[in-house]
Amino acid sequence: MATHPTSIAYVRTEESPATAPPVLTGGVAGWLKENLFATPRDTVLTILTFLFLLWIVPPIIDWAFISAVWTGESREACIAPGTGACWAFVEAKFGQFIYGRYPIEERWRVNLSGLLLIAGLVPIAIPSVPYKRENALYLLVVFPVLAFILLTGQLGLEPVETPLWGGLLVTLVVAIVGIVVSFPLGILLALGRRSEMPIVKMFSVIFIEFWRGVPLITVLFMSSVMLPLFLPDGVSFDKLLRALIGVALFSSAYMAEVIRGGLQAIPKGQYEAANAMALTFWQGTRLVIMPQALKLVIPGIVNTFIGLFKDTSLVLIIGLFDLLGIVQQNMNDQNWISPATPATGFVFAAFVFFIFCFSMSRYSAYMERRLDTGHKR
Amino acid sequence: MNNKILSAVVGITAVAGLGATAASAATLDDVKAKGFVQCGVSTGLAGFSAPNDAGDWSGLDVDLCRGVAAAVFGDAKAVKYSPLSAKERFTALQSGEIDVLSRNTTWTMSRDTQLGLNFAGVNYYDGQGFMVRKSLGVNSALQLSGASVCVQTGTTTELNLTDYFKANGMTYNPVVFEKLEEVNAAYDANRCDVYTTDQSGLYSIRLGLSAPDEHMVLPEVISKEPLGPVVRQGDDQWFSIVKWVHFAMLNAEEMGVTSANADEMLGSTDPNVMRLLGKEGTFGEAIGLGNDWAYNVIKQVGNYGEVFERNVGASTPLAIGRGVNALWSKGGLQYAPPLR
Amino acid sequence: MAHQEGVTADAGDSSRVSLMNDPKARGLVFQALLIIAVIYLVYSGVTNAIDNLARAGIASGLGFFGERAGFDIGQSFIPYTNDSTYLRAFFVGLLNTMVVAFIGIFFATLIGFVVGLARLSKNYLVQKFATVYVETLRNIPLLLQLLFWYKAVLSILPSPRAGGLEPGAEVVFNLNNRGLYMPRIVPEGGAQLILYAFIVAVVAWILIGRWAKKRQMATGQQFPVFLTGLGLFIFLPLITYLVTGMPLSLEYASLQGFNMVGGWVIQPEFMALLLGLSLYTASFIAEIVRAGILAVSHGQSEAAFALGLRPNLTSRLVVVPQAMRVIIPPLTSQYLNLTKNSSLAVAIGYPDLVSIFGGTVLNQTGQAVEVISITMLVYLTLSLLTSAFMNWFNSSVALVER
Repeated sequence: MATHPTSIAYVRTEESPATAPPVLTGGVAGWLKENLFATPRDTVLTILTFLFLLWIVPPIIDWAFISAVWTGESREACIAPGTGACWAFVEAKFGQFIYGRYPIEERWRVNLSGLLLIAGLVPIAIPSVPYKRENALYLLVVFPVLAFILLTGQLGLEPVETPLWGGLLVTLVVAIVGIVVSFPLGILLALGRRSEMPIVKMFSVIFIEFWRGVPLITVLFMSSVMLPLFLPDGVSFDKLLRALIGVALFSSAYMAEVIRGGLQAIPKGQYEAANAMALTFWQGTRLVIMPQALKLVIPGIVNTFIGLFKDTSLVLIIGLFDLLGIVQQNMNDQNWISPATPATGFVFAAFVFFIFCFSMSRYSAYMERRLDTGHKR
Repeated sequence: MNNKILSAVVGITAVAGLGATAASAATLDDVKAKGFVQCGVSTGLAGFSAPNDAGDWSGLDVDLCRGVAAAVFGDAKAVKYSPLSAKERFTALQSGEIDVLSRNTTWTMSRDTQLGLNFAGVNYYDGQGFMVRKSLGVNSALQLSGASVCVQTGTTTELNLTDYFKANGMTYNPVVFEKLEEVNAAYDANRCDVYTTDQSGLYSIRLGLSAPDEHMVLPEVISKEPLGPVVRQGDDQWFSIVKWVHFAMLNAEEMGVTSANADEMLGSTDPNVMRLLGKEGTFGEAIGLGNDWAYNVIKQVGNYGEVFERNVGASTPLAIGRGVNALWSKGGLQYAPPLR
Repeated sequence: MAHQEGVTADAGDSSRVSLMNDPKARGLVFQALLIIAVIYLVYSGVTNAIDNLARAGIASGLGFFGERAGFDIGQSFIPYTNDSTYLRAFFVGLLNTMVVAFIGIFFATLIGFVVGLARLSKNYLVQKFATVYVETLRNIPLLLQLLFWYKAVLSILPSPRAGGLEPGAEVVFNLNNRGLYMPRIVPEGGAQLILYAFIVAVVAWILIGRWAKKRQMATGQQFPVFLTGLGLFIFLPLITYLVTGMPLSLEYASLQGFNMVGGWVIQPEFMALLLGLSLYTASFIAEIVRAGILAVSHGQSEAAFALGLRPNLTSRLVVVPQAMRVIIPPLTSQYLNLTKNSSLAVAIGYPDLVSIFGGTVLNQTGQAVEVISITMLVYLTLSLLTSAFMNWFNSSVALVER
């Protein structure tokens, strides 16, 4: 006051009181206004969606939890009208859903194979863990050999015939064999398709386009009904092995296209630099091109694997009992036939597939973000 | 030559795989070398071939395979089973994947002559029938015009069905599935009014429905369905073995030899029984087996009557009467040539 | 070791070494080996097959196409009886596949675009709902979804008798486990004129569209093409219908004996297949649509706003045309996938190509090699035609630079 001897009438001497924040931009109401009722059209959409959810969600919750049967020994538990999910069925058959008819006292071998797989997968999935090359080698070579020995029963283990395999075990075996075989084959085909040798290129294109052009189900029919006729007299394959051959050929065509995408994304300078360093074709491919291309297509490879994983369910059509096949077979079990059983079984199988595929797709999206250096807003 | 190289290549690839088997023209030698009989069966038809929860197979068709194993190895357990769909069964046999197909397969002329197969006998005389819900109030197949009919594809059943409805001027709506379990499920869900397949199958399937008592099998039999084991053409020795395992079981029933009294009967002085049990003559050696082949079959598996009763007979849930499957001496059709 | 010899050997070697290191020569040798290997593999496969077939006494060749099929098919769009030939059965299956694929593509596109746009919506509820839809359906195998729709939803509907229908009474709409029953339109004399009216309306619509565009280019004046076209499309046939004396009548379904008789029926197998295929494929299309729209750079819409275009016009005239260029190629491959996936019909008993031809015909004739090869060739042809179309389309909409 003392420093301002002449007080100016239009200058405030006090701070004006703060006005309240606009009601509709903060707090719950603001959020609602912005996200649900911004325009009349939004309001209508929100109400419609809300009504739709109100229509489907409560019955689903009721079916899955409230009216569900959690314990029971047979269909008697689930036969009552109005019963929801028959989880007792899943509980009773859980062992079969995972292992099929694999002998109970030998199931540790399946578990051990699973652990070996996880031991290889976790470190390769985390980008910061070193020794990627060794790790990939373990997954593509060492693990399949170990799993083969364990699961089929070599080296003095009790042999277990493949018709006894089933459930999630078969699903994983088909998917993993498919991806492990298709990876090197896919690389070769992708290189072949980009090769300057016309014949090699032609064969690669024909191979890739053929397998990509036909449905997997016809490939499986081919391997189960037609393939035996093309083999020399007296040579025949295990049913599972035949399905594996079909799946592997089929997926290597898709894998080849994914890898080709990666190869095309490598700038020409990289190829020229490799040549300038006097590297041979294979050296250049191995040391310069492939490491970059493969890194780029990790999301694509994971997506191919998701597709393959889902497609394994088709083997049930040729009489192998994968997860879906064994669930479906058990639905017809006289002890468990009830109106609730099919839906329960399918929901359980769907849930298992969903867990696998969803986590893989999240991983693929994560890698995509890591690799993406583009500009986004 | 080409084939040898390719089979070598295939063999090497198979090392990485789950086992490839090789069979040459002499099935018996191969079977002996690998130590078991590979038997093609259905994917699950109660009373004929069905696995229990532990994966052990039983049934009329399965017992024939066990009989063959008993004859060859003296051990009825030396069998491995390949469950096959209707579509896969003939390819599996033609390609050598299995040694004998015992999968309620109907003997028809085209199958016998055009597919490279030989039917080794008839272990069950069947005929196609219809099953309906009792609540429909139908008591004859001639009242079925306009119905939806569930049927399995790839069977003679599908063709017989067409012919029957056509011959009687009736219409129907086919609902066709690839696998038996799917047909069962569809019928059980009331997708169709009528289920048609071999009558024995109908009885077996009825058991698996959610309310067996609400269904009935109609009296009409619209076809002849002689079901029997099948082998590849071109190996007469193996053909004879399978054929005579079946005949031995029939002859044993006719002579009153059972699994219970087989040891006792070894001391019998009846020349027929002595020939059957290998006490007289070298009938077994003539087909590449031991002379006690039939004894092993009867001791370990039983005679035809026992096998029938155990799997599908009155004491089982299927409760099928012997009917035309009785021995010829009891008014049926089962007739075996003499062992002589 | 004599020095002299060494020199000559070296000289000889150097020309050989250079040949071995010559990429062209190596390439030729490698390709020659590849050809030999492939020819050998094919040759031995074929000779094996011929041997096997001959030994097994299996008939071969395509003669079976002319024989009587002898089985019935539940759904057929062309006249077919059990007296028809296998060839006709083949076409019935092919047509059934095409029909389900075509209708499936229509619905999948519709649902896919709606869900894809919903995922970009600013509305929280709508956007989350679309996300849950996409993530759930994309991550569950199609076969499982088909079986679910067929066995867990449609199969447990009541049968017509249990559903409380009066025998003989006509119903307009009825959904039961034998299918969805609707009235059937029965044409009478003169009804084809209505069909012609439809065709005339469509042709007129296209012509008006062309004329309007030309006029707009020349004068800048716009013409309400859509409304005019729609009006023609509705009223022209309607007027024809009235003028010709209403030659259409409806036939209703009714319960008679075992089954519903009359009316127009969509069988549950078809419904399950259609539901499964369209909902599953729609989840992929939704992602394609979303990615396509996001791929249009912000500068484009900002530029449009700067020119004073309203949001609706911005999306219609600026964003969507550019997004379509990104969307179309993956969309085509989804259409192709849907067509190939329709072969899963075999699991739920819909009579498609694989089910009729690769299933029943294969079983009745036993000619596995011919039947499976033909089935695969059909799908291969469809794929190649689609890719050819896609390549043509791509080049026609590609940006022409400089």
